[in-house]
Amino acid sequence: MSYNWNWGVFLQPSASGDDTYLGWLFTGLKWTISLSLSAWVIALIVGSIIGVLRTVPNRWLSGFATGYVELFRNIPLLVQLFIWYFVLPELLPADLGNAFKQSNPLWQQFFCAMLCLGLFTSARVAEQVRSGIESLPKGQKNAGLAMGFTLPQVYRHVLMPMAYRIIMPPLTSEFLNIFKNSAVATTIGLIELSRQAQQLVDYTAQPYEAFIAVTVMYLLINVTVMFLMRRLEEKVRVPGFVGGK
Amino acid sequence: MYEMDWSSIPGAIPLLFKGLLITFEVTITAIVVGIVWGTVLAITRIGPNKILAKLAAGYVNLFRSVPLVMVILWFYLIVPQGLKAIFGDDIGDIRLTSALVAFALFEAAYYSEIIRAGIQSVSRGQVSAGLALGMTQWQTMRLILLPQAFRNMTPLLLTQAIILFQDTSLVYVIGLSDFFGTAYKVGDRDGRLVELLLFAGAIYFVISFSASLLVKRLQARFVK
Repeated sequence: MSYNWNWGVFLQPSASGDDTYLGWLFTGLKWTISLSLSAWVIALIVGSIIGVLRTVPNRWLSGFATGYVELFRNIPLLVQLFIWYFVLPELLPADLGNAFKQSNPLWQQFFCAMLCLGLFTSARVAEQVRSGIESLPKGQKNAGLAMGFTLPQVYRHVLMPMAYRIIMPPLTSEFLNIFKNSAVATTIGLIELSRQAQQLVDYTAQPYEAFIAVTVMYLLINVTVMFLMRRLEEKVRVPGFVGGK
Repeated sequence: MYEMDWSSIPGAIPLLFKGLLITFEVTITAIVVGIVWGTVLAITRIGPNKILAKLAAGYVNLFRSVPLVMVILWFYLIVPQGLKAIFGDDIGDIRLTSALVAFALFEAAYYSEIIRAGIQSVSRGQVSAGLALGMTQWQTMRLILLPQAFRNMTPLLLTQAIILFQDTSLVYVIGLSDFFGTAYKVGDRDGRLVELLLFAGAIYFVISFSASLLVKRLQARFVK
């Protein structure tokens, strides 16, 4: 194979002039990380609420939560993203929709991707939260109620603190997934890592260098997250529980 | 407020159906190759040869830490080079081929983790019993471990297949006209993106949701 390797390409000034191609990669990394972290906040909050609702003794609330989880789990992430990006602005009231379409495209892309990734992941987090709560012995809830706690208090002070500690390992893998899934945002043009890889191919005609560099960056994200989460898992592990499923 | 107009869908049904066939082609190829190659990887990984085991582990970990989008793009870059080396420059449209290769090799990594857990869930005594009966290592694996392992992990393998079915929509990044790609193109052509995207979402939901209900029923029957 006669491929001309040229790793020096990353230090050349980029097509836009004010940056190097390496700088482009770091811009991509920055967007990937901020997209993933902000979506993770949404996923944790919404996922916890939906997960709790699935376990409450009220048929309407748990039915709603089940429907939510099934809806977000059975439609491909890419389709969900396109629906948020192309469909939602049309269905909003005209003023709001137009205001959205006239805002900075980068923010439009980021906002839609964040919402989409966050809610998509929230359905998975909800399943973990539910399995964490269900793995606790029934006696815990009854003991709480017998002590005179109200049901919300039982969840707040008895069930949730245990459930979160038990589901740390599966939450870690969801957290890793959110970084990988963030690559889907490339399809609506957000300049995250995968997008930058494709742009570098277009601008530098050095596809292998660009792809290897971006792949290595994803691996680094993976290793870093894994390292931090393992330490956290060890800290919060509940003796006697294997930890979720 | 937006006026819905679904009129461009009926005429596009034949096109959409062709797209759906491509979606199924990618899904089924990836399931079959993924499970076979995944089994090889899983057996290698728990096998006696330390170097091969390390290589298999490396393969699995590499594929599992890179986004699927990147894997699809990678193979779109590599597969044509390989094909050109074998068949010369006239290779036609390689999008489907590279998608098939990418999904098969990518899914194998995920399947191999399920299969490895399945094999390790069969109790140790079964291996000892097999060996004590005079079976070779390979016979024990083939006749005793794998049948039980596959029985235990069928629900997980099927659940992974449903995830895979949804993930095939990502071939959008290399412009392959699978079901989603076709729906997008039709919507774009007729200026009816909103309706086509909602329609595509509904179809994916119906297929995945009914498949997952089937898996649940199957699971209930498997659990003793």
